[in-house]
Amino acid sequence: MNQVKQKLKGFMQHKEAWAVIGILIVLLFNVFFSPKFFQISFNNGHLYGSIIDVLNRGSSLVIVSLGMCLVIATRGVDISVGSVSAVGAMVAVFLLKSAGMAAAPAILCGLLAGLACGVWNGFLVAKLNIQPMIATLILMTVGRGIAQIISGGQILTINSKAYAFLGRGYVFGIPFPTIIMILVTLGVWLLTRKTSLGTSIEAVGINETSARYAGISTTQILWIVYIICGLLAALSGMIESANVSSADGNNNGLLLELDAILAVVLGGTSMDGGKFYLAGTVIGALFIQTLTTTIYTFGVPAETIMVVKALVVIFVVLLSTDRVKNAFAKLTERKKAGVENAG
Amino acid sequence: MRETPTVKKGDVVLSMRHIAKYFPGVKALDDVQLDLRAGEVHALMGENGAGKSTLIKVMTGVYERTSGTVTLHGQDINPKTPQEAQDLGISTVYQEVNLCPNLSVAENVYIGRQPMRFGQIDWHRMNADAVKLLESLDIHVDVTKTLDSYSVSVQQMIAIARAVDMSAGVLILDEPTSSLDSNEVAQLFAIIRHLRDQNMAILFVTHFMDQVYAISDRITVLRNGRYIGEYLAKDLPELDLVTKMIGQKFVDANTQAHRPSKDYSTVRFVRMEDISKRGLVHDFSMAVRAGEVLGLAGLLGSGRTEVAELLFGVTHFDDGVIYVGNDEVKRMNPRKALADQLGYCSEDRKVSGIVGDLSIRENIMLSLQAKKGLRRIPLKKQQEVAQKYIDLLDIKTPSMEKKIGDLSGGNQQKVLLARWLATDPKLLILDEPTRGIDINTKREIENLIVKLSRQGMAIIFISSEYEEMVRTCDRIIVLRDRHAVGELTDNQISQDNIMKVIAGGVAQ
Repeated sequence: MNQVKQKLKGFMQHKEAWAVIGILIVLLFNVFFSPKFFQISFNNGHLYGSIIDVLNRGSSLVIVSLGMCLVIATRGVDISVGSVSAVGAMVAVFLLKSAGMAAAPAILCGLLAGLACGVWNGFLVAKLNIQPMIATLILMTVGRGIAQIISGGQILTINSKAYAFLGRGYVFGIPFPTIIMILVTLGVWLLTRKTSLGTSIEAVGINETSARYAGISTTQILWIVYIICGLLAALSGMIESANVSSADGNNNGLLLELDAILAVVLGGTSMDGGKFYLAGTVIGALFIQTLTTTIYTFGVPAETIMVVKALVVIFVVLLSTDRVKNAFAKLTERKKAGVENAG
Repeated sequence: MRETPTVKKGDVVLSMRHIAKYFPGVKALDDVQLDLRAGEVHALMGENGAGKSTLIKVMTGVYERTSGTVTLHGQDINPKTPQEAQDLGISTVYQEVNLCPNLSVAENVYIGRQPMRFGQIDWHRMNADAVKLLESLDIHVDVTKTLDSYSVSVQQMIAIARAVDMSAGVLILDEPTSSLDSNEVAQLFAIIRHLRDQNMAILFVTHFMDQVYAISDRITVLRNGRYIGEYLAKDLPELDLVTKMIGQKFVDANTQAHRPSKDYSTVRFVRMEDISKRGLVHDFSMAVRAGEVLGLAGLLGSGRTEVAELLFGVTHFDDGVIYVGNDEVKRMNPRKALADQLGYCSEDRKVSGIVGDLSIRENIMLSLQAKKGLRRIPLKKQQEVAQKYIDLLDIKTPSMEKKIGDLSGGNQQKVLLARWLATDPKLLILDEPTRGIDINTKREIENLIVKLSRQGMAIIFISSEYEEMVRTCDRIIVLRDRHAVGELTDNQISQDNIMKVIAGGVAQ
């Protein structure tokens, strides 16, 4: 019994704990009210089921959130990711449709567009020392304008099977976006944890002055994280647009930045920068997707979905605040004391 | 303008008696006295941590005093906020101008109390009043221009004008000159004298010795939160003032027992030639050789830390040249300094030293890793290096994975030393490496400095404790008011001589 308690205590000390608990709560809810949620079937060489759906539809959010996580770790924030995802998707779709480009180079160009956006954000933040929120606000508004100028204000639809594969394809029965998500997660992990980049990012986020005095090029580090964030935003935008074979400058990735920030924070990374948690971020993003999918499964009317989502998020965020944590700690201590006194 | 009782020159306007201010665990002020007299400029002197700012904050209602009395024109007062103090007639102008840079000069002077007409601001009258006020202080500016179109010194004067207009009794100037050049200081002093002649009681805080004697009539000295004394400026020689501020005894001033042997090489590793940076350092030159411990002595704000920061490229010099080895460096930055085998343990551990949430190991490895670039030093190697320095410097911690923020100050300092030693520097700059740490660790660090220099490392050592400089340095350059004013070598090195040079005398 005590061992379990010890383990539980150990688990709760992990920053990722609350995102895990969030997912578990929603899954538990499904166990009772929608057991179908856990059914996985294998049809036509494809895996089907709500869980698979979460992993499929959630992958674009996971990808964006990973970039956001690195930015937030430097004490910044990138609120342009939604717009950048729209720009990336628009560039790729436009090149496919109007320039008759093949899918691979078009996707590459979409990524380049994301990279350019990241370079711009990084320039404003790292070189000109503009506050990240303001710096990325520029692209947040201008990005959608750019996307619309490219398409002439239209929603572009295309009929490219190769491009659609990015959002709808399957490899070995696993949805292709899920595979991309796994590869990106692995890539970001390798890049930050198997090089010195991760510690440098954390050092900049914890104490930029100390980092600079220690010889770290803080400008370089900041620039790198905004570039990664831009790249991943564009990739996620293309996955979304490939899924529906169209690009919409106005609505692609709308409010994506908020979901991404939420995923990062739920995953245990503080908005004050510093230590960052990639696994927590992934779980946080999947939690948001699980929640969305669950709500959809229940056929909750569209107009109330936001409210339900908000309530759950408020609940989880509240649970993870220091105040509530301390209150809980006090409560358990008192109980313990009470038991001891009685004994 | 509020009515103030008519005062004659020399009357005590504000009197603080037996002032004590305790913070949890610290006695910031203990039985401190201060008398401000009409028509006098009174300098409040003391080194860092002496309690100058705390005393001002008690006077102006930022802090509540623990005990003691404050009387203004003979009446007990107890302001709870700066606003209340101002209403009583006590105004403060801080080092950083805290006005609104994007409003006009006139708006800044009258903000919060603009003359009104039919429920609207009477711009015409406000501008006219502002001109009249500023002219009376000999400040000639276009009052409709925004404040930031004028230099810091003019902004400073406008802040003073505003303060004076609001309350004519007591004016507190908290380091108003720290970012001004000599011309601007002269202008500011003209205004201060003008106000003094109008029988204001003025309290002036500065780190510059020359300015103290140029402007003040009386001096109160604080040290470690205690009252040392009040003196007439003309009766207190500079050397005595410095001694009172620092409070070190001269008894064993000439002991050089632990001085290293000075058989250092003749190769000058780093040279600074005529380095200037506006408002920080003026025409500073020095060279440091391999195996030599060079001390930079001076009071706070004398330019000693600024020299270190310019050398390491944390700030950039306007004029002059730095040579590292034989290479001329036009623009230094910490990364380049690191690559050139320089190391810099900065003055403020918390602000520019430790990365609090990272572990001891990560903190030790930070600079070496930065030098190596993106390729991560393997964990095993990191642990080896960290363990080596934990043993070498006797860093007391249960584990190298503990957060550095949880260590004591002395151990944090050792970790920072380890960070730089791990990079194998040829020149190590140590700025106040012993501040706020216990006596044993101090000794250990002193011994380490001597040992490292004997192994051929060049060391620049900065400290406010001259005793330890005397023990460890081969040569000491003394700075004062942003200049190098003297150099002590061999048997000239003593606390006595350091203070004499700081006070403007000549070493014997």
